[in-house]
Amino acid sequence: MSLLVLLAGCASHQPDEDSSARPDTEAVFPVTIGSVTIDRQPTRIVSLSPSATETLFALGAGPHVVAVDSQSDYPPEAPHTALSALSPDPEAIAGYRPDLVIASADTNGLSAALAKTGVQTLVMPDAKTLDDAYAEFVELGKATGHQAEGESLARQTHSDIDKIVADTPKPAKPLSFYYELDQTYYSVTSKTFIGQVLARFGLTNIADGNDPSVSGGYPQLSAERILQANPDLVFLADSKCCGQNAQTVAARPGWNTLTAVKDGQVFALDDDIASRWSPRVVELVRAVADAVTRVNHAG
Amino acid sequence: MLAAVLALLVVLVLGILIGAADLGWHRVLGEIFAEVTGGRSPLSAREAAIVWQLRVPRVLLAGLVGAALAMSGATFQGVFRNPLADPYLLGAAAGAGMAATIVVVAAPQASGWVPPAAFVGALGGVGLSWLLGRSAGTGTATLLLAGVAVGSFLSAVQTFAQQLNTETIRQVYTWLLGGLNVSGWREVLIALPYIGVAAVILCVCARLLDVLSLGDAEAASLGVHPGRVRLLLLAAASLATAAAVSVSGLIGFVGIVVPHVVRLLAGASYRVVVPLSLLGGAVFLIAADQVARTIMPGELPLGVVTAFAGAPFFVFVLRSSRGKVS
Repeated sequence: MSLLVLLAGCASHQPDEDSSARPDTEAVFPVTIGSVTIDRQPTRIVSLSPSATETLFALGAGPHVVAVDSQSDYPPEAPHTALSALSPDPEAIAGYRPDLVIASADTNGLSAALAKTGVQTLVMPDAKTLDDAYAEFVELGKATGHQAEGESLARQTHSDIDKIVADTPKPAKPLSFYYELDQTYYSVTSKTFIGQVLARFGLTNIADGNDPSVSGGYPQLSAERILQANPDLVFLADSKCCGQNAQTVAARPGWNTLTAVKDGQVFALDDDIASRWSPRVVELVRAVADAVTRVNHAG
Repeated sequence: MLAAVLALLVVLVLGILIGAADLGWHRVLGEIFAEVTGGRSPLSAREAAIVWQLRVPRVLLAGLVGAALAMSGATFQGVFRNPLADPYLLGAAAGAGMAATIVVVAAPQASGWVPPAAFVGALGGVGLSWLLGRSAGTGTATLLLAGVAVGSFLSAVQTFAQQLNTETIRQVYTWLLGGLNVSGWREVLIALPYIGVAAVILCVCARLLDVLSLGDAEAASLGVHPGRVRLLLLAAASLATAAAVSVSGLIGFVGIVVPHVVRLLAGASYRVVVPLSLLGGAVFLIAADQVARTIMPGELPLGVVTAFAGAPFFVFVLRSSRGKVS
């Protein structure tokens, strides 16, 4: 296995004549991000993170992206492949002859294995806060020679979200919500990225209980506790994956007694947007703002 | 037997009075009283829904699943004359797991199909083991070995299907650990007929297991056809297991631990062991589910609770009963 990786490494040292994308002239290299120093502007990027893929394309680094992992399905023009981000295969990745690999975790010593083939890996861990997401936009911009675009994207996203939150009417009485990840009632607490986005609206998260750090921020709630908490809003982040909507929720045992169900305050979100810290987080914020606004008007 | 029935009543009542939602046991009691007498309930409509639509069916389902797994375990142990036999032997668990995984991977939105697929998969796994075992030989050991081989193969298929779509790992994983957190009356009504019919067959035919334990020649001389009896008992036990798996996922250790404890307390005659295992399994799983749904702010996977309680206890039972259990 390691021999094969080495062989793939030899292959990748040959010049990439077929790479049509030209480096930007204004780009300043080398740049250092964390412990990684990138000497030249990367022209063959492999992204193993759906969030990073969306950000790269938003920055204008899309033409240099040669492969994205199997879960990166946005934007549509991203070069979708069967590469797995959960169990990355260094040999398959090296096959795309990248000069930069972007991953959300250094799974199974990925960066060390790729280093043997002369490929640098930039690990961009999951964003824990909106500020982490903005920082990632800047860093990805820097790493790909689009520093100015990265900074402006972060600024723009930041001000868009602040404006949407500020324009959303504050509820007269505190509203509570249940955020559903799947039909077995896994949820998010205010410790998580998504939880913090929702917390911007001053909503109470029923998954928090007395301790938002419970189960690493992703507890499995029980149906009894959800019914007892009687949330004002229900957000479904399992609408695309698992076909959940206001009707399926209302049909669950006992759920027809919930305020959110009776008042039509069950909101299906786009699962993908709701699980990524890409520039599309603005769409998630807008969806939540719409929901909160509707509830306010109704109440 | 009376003690087991009393224990069942106690866990049933406790399970209904105490749950994840903090309603107060006396208020739940008031609600039940109001329901029976037509009086005024201290609970709101939403709280009453928690009791009648979530808690009561969940407790009943835990009892049904526990009863199914434990009586099937006792039967498998008798049929194979092997104290380690459990309801998931013969590829039932692997077949159910494979079918459930394939549904989750191929059509994640169609989660309603997971229970029937698991049911068919469990029966398919057992059927395949039986066909393979029969074509290879007639002994019970051959059937057991065929079950192991089929189980390994179906597990491999499941892992392969899983690898094709890593997004659905948590959904499959949650199911494999077993649990009753999304169950209601629908699941009770699905499982009840199968488990009920199997329970009648197994309890009525339990004495045939005592005859089989004398040896096939001995059994034949008493007018019992060993092959047919085994097939009937295995079919009934597999049906009950498949029904249980389809509504609860995979819950281990009930099928091994409960029959062993029953045997230690009440002797080795299957006429006693099978019905007592049925009651004991119901008691054990209702109690385990009570822990799963109330010990933490969230849910604990039921399979984890039964393994926590079951595995050390099983080792203890094995050590202290060396020589007593055949």
